[in-house]
Amino acid sequence: MSGEAILMRNFGRSDSHTIRAYVETGGYQGWAKARSMEPTAIVDEVKRANLRGLGGAGFPTGTKWSFIPKNHTGPVYLVINADEGEPGTFKDRYLLERDPHALIEGMLIAARAINSAKGFVYIRGEYVEPWRRFSTAVREAYEAGHLGKGLDIVVHRGAGAYICGEETGLISSLEGKKGWPKLKPPFPAIKGAFGAPTIVNNVETLSHVPHIINRGAAWFAGLGTKSQGGTRMYSVSGRVVRPAVYEAPVGITLRQLIYDRAGGVTGNGRLKAVVPGGSSAAILTADEIDVTMDVDGLKNAGTMAGSAGVIVMDETVSIPEALMVVARFYAHESCGQCTPCRESTGWIYKMTRRIVEGRGQKDDLDTILDVAKRGAGTTICAFYDGAVGPYISYIEKFRAEFEGLIPHA
Amino acid sequence: MPKLTVNGKDVEVPAGTNLIEAARVAGVEVPHYCYHAGLSIAGQCRLCMVDIEKTPRPTIACNTVATDGMVVQTETDRVRETRKSIMEFHLINHPLDCPVCDQAGECWLQIYYMQHGLYDPRMKDEKVHKPKAVPLGPHVILDAERCILCSRCVRFCDEITHTGELGIFERGDHSEIGLFPGRELDNKYSANVVDICPVGALTDRDFRFQVRVWYLDTTKSICPGCARGCNIEVHVNRRRPHHAEGRRVARLKPRYNPEVNKWWICDAGRYGFGFVDAAERLLAPASRHGGSSTDSTWDQAIGAVAGALRRLPPEQVGVIASPKMSNEDLFALRRLLDLRGIRQAAGQVPPRVPGDEDNFLIRADKNPNSRGAELMGFGGDARAVLEAARARQIKLLWIFGHDLLASAVSEREMLDAFRAVETVIFTGSNANWTSAHSHWVLPAAAWVEREGTYTNFEGRVQRFRTATEPLGQALAEWEIVGRVMALLGETPSATRAEHWFRQLVEAVPAFAGLSYQLLGDTGHPLTAAAVAR
Repeated sequence: MSGEAILMRNFGRSDSHTIRAYVETGGYQGWAKARSMEPTAIVDEVKRANLRGLGGAGFPTGTKWSFIPKNHTGPVYLVINADEGEPGTFKDRYLLERDPHALIEGMLIAARAINSAKGFVYIRGEYVEPWRRFSTAVREAYEAGHLGKGLDIVVHRGAGAYICGEETGLISSLEGKKGWPKLKPPFPAIKGAFGAPTIVNNVETLSHVPHIINRGAAWFAGLGTKSQGGTRMYSVSGRVVRPAVYEAPVGITLRQLIYDRAGGVTGNGRLKAVVPGGSSAAILTADEIDVTMDVDGLKNAGTMAGSAGVIVMDETVSIPEALMVVARFYAHESCGQCTPCRESTGWIYKMTRRIVEGRGQKDDLDTILDVAKRGAGTTICAFYDGAVGPYISYIEKFRAEFEGLIPHA
Repeated sequence: MPKLTVNGKDVEVPAGTNLIEAARVAGVEVPHYCYHAGLSIAGQCRLCMVDIEKTPRPTIACNTVATDGMVVQTETDRVRETRKSIMEFHLINHPLDCPVCDQAGECWLQIYYMQHGLYDPRMKDEKVHKPKAVPLGPHVILDAERCILCSRCVRFCDEITHTGELGIFERGDHSEIGLFPGRELDNKYSANVVDICPVGALTDRDFRFQVRVWYLDTTKSICPGCARGCNIEVHVNRRRPHHAEGRRVARLKPRYNPEVNKWWICDAGRYGFGFVDAAERLLAPASRHGGSSTDSTWDQAIGAVAGALRRLPPEQVGVIASPKMSNEDLFALRRLLDLRGIRQAAGQVPPRVPGDEDNFLIRADKNPNSRGAELMGFGGDARAVLEAARARQIKLLWIFGHDLLASAVSEREMLDAFRAVETVIFTGSNANWTSAHSHWVLPAAAWVEREGTYTNFEGRVQRFRTATEPLGQALAEWEIVGRVMALLGETPSATRAEHWFRQLVEAVPAFAGLSYQLLGDTGHPLTAAAVAR
């Protein structure tokens, strides 16, 4: 199940980021086709393609587009989430660096679908090279006449906060405010950036769109599973022979990804655990890896596809230490807006650290589990639910290892 | 108007009402911190969770608009458990320093912990430390460790005063309220953030460490600081007189009145009560002859005033009433003047420095009852009366309250006027230039020491009530005037402020139909014709 490279088809070319290379390999033909399509036809095509958001939430893209109010007058904004910050995820970076025109073409098509004349691309602050490459590509697209005739693109750099990758936190930041997620309702499609209807899409998601328009929804849907079409880019890191980004149909299993693509497990060679969808996804044990990597496959396995950041741990990895690192991340990145997340991410980090340092107490594990479960679902955004994924799964699946660190447990 | 049920009770609320307010209509209190009816919705404390039929999990009430047919439950098991958890999250990093915290006794962490928390604490780790005792401005001091980051103060400065001094800085459990660089919390309404702070994070620099709040008694009143007539509460410390150096009035707090001041008052009004317990209070009637003042008795003082009024023809009497007097005082005085046929009466003394004004609450006219004074015939400029005095047309000059030195009239002119009359009588609560140059000083009770009504600039008549006893022998002006009338043979039928108000309602058409009962706690407009003016 190696499959055809779609998003990464040009990555082998050293000039893959240039408009010349892009056009030579069929670039901007999807846009040429979409220009003669009615916006609703574009939305329908993407719906039929079963394209689901690849930033983390997995929401059907065409359906999202259809939420823009039909009779709206005034601006509609298309915002690209290029604030790739989920630990273990590094795919959008490659797309921005090596195939930036695919995103621009995807934006042209999406903007037509939602009747938007302005797109914002919010790029993670640390992504300097991706920002340079993408900005150059935007200039090329203006020069080639693709941009500036119906769609303008503003490139905006973030300042390094994970929460600004949350769709409404990103909008707040884009508006010049502190990057705090917004209360819903209203949802961005009704009232988003600067108060206007707004669609926020991930880089990889929109990079697929030109191919869908070019080759048809049926082709794209056929690449995937029943509920999710296409391929996606898996960032595989940790204890594998060839850590890298791999493009594969979403129906690939985790086992295939680790052993067939990434060359198997390093360290002591024996798999202990895998985080399949970025740090917010629940951890899987070595005998839970025969799952398909599509949104529903991983959901049914009690975890999530998330951003497809696959973090592989061999038997030498300490799960309590891994949880401490993850907990420190969430404590550091909690925006502080909602009380449960603000207070308990720090608290849970302190407890995990104590456990790792050998100062754990008998009821700490139960307290962490209880606090995590009580806080889940009580906040404005999904950040805390993302933190709860590892809190609960690491402890429940590897409890004995934690208990081994706690004196008198 | 959507109809919904809250805990099984049917209620109908205006479209757009959120579930906290809809529950209030049903008599149900939904606990909350960040929600404030006068501010935008923040939705960040997460305490106001309720269960709504057909929703998978508890939902915040503040950001949920009531819709027709909605079935809301506020006391289900899972709502109670969620609330308990949210209380625990609010408190894990809280210093629990209630014994030294001024908010203790009126702290919503204490109140809600007792109502909705009551869990056994599980936090064993070092709490997050943040700045303490940080002055934010002239009136407000911050303890960031006590702060629950509800953002009410930030929203107040953004949305009400539009001054934007405050923000939330840092992230996660290191988040803290603070001033933007180079800013100070010194807007004219700054201390309202203390009122809306649900915890002990923002306290009042004037009030803190003075007296425990549970020793305070609360009385509904009206701010006398300007013509707006903001509704306030007077908080008086009677029970611990040895605290706060004997000052009885501990603080003023705004009192909600949607027609006048909503939830707010200005800092000038809030801190304008210092004169009540000041050393300059006039405690006993006094007479001054040849430069030295001697304490007297009310009988002697009233006798002297009544004697002079009886002796002198009305043309030789001048009266400067004050728009700081209540409607009742002014009406009693009006009765006395009419009885004697006295026509030289005024009320307005132009200030030396014009009062500041804004487009929110603060009025340039720093008197609470200028409308009432006008309606009672005291709207005239006092300079005409002083002019008549200088022209030796007046032998008896009776001045109420005014500190003439603070007026636009020059001291030279005032001295000329005072020297030209035989007797100057001053009635007021505090010593000033006028009292120091008067022959008789009759001590008046401060507004918190008596009851009455003011008519604000919009023609709204509002009651203020007795919060504490008059200092020394001070009396309400209506009572002083009534005693003079009694000596002049007019048996006063009014022995309470309300009696004078009833007579006023009979006599002055603009007040027709009003009564203390009708005024209630939030007042009532004058008749439409009088308001239209």
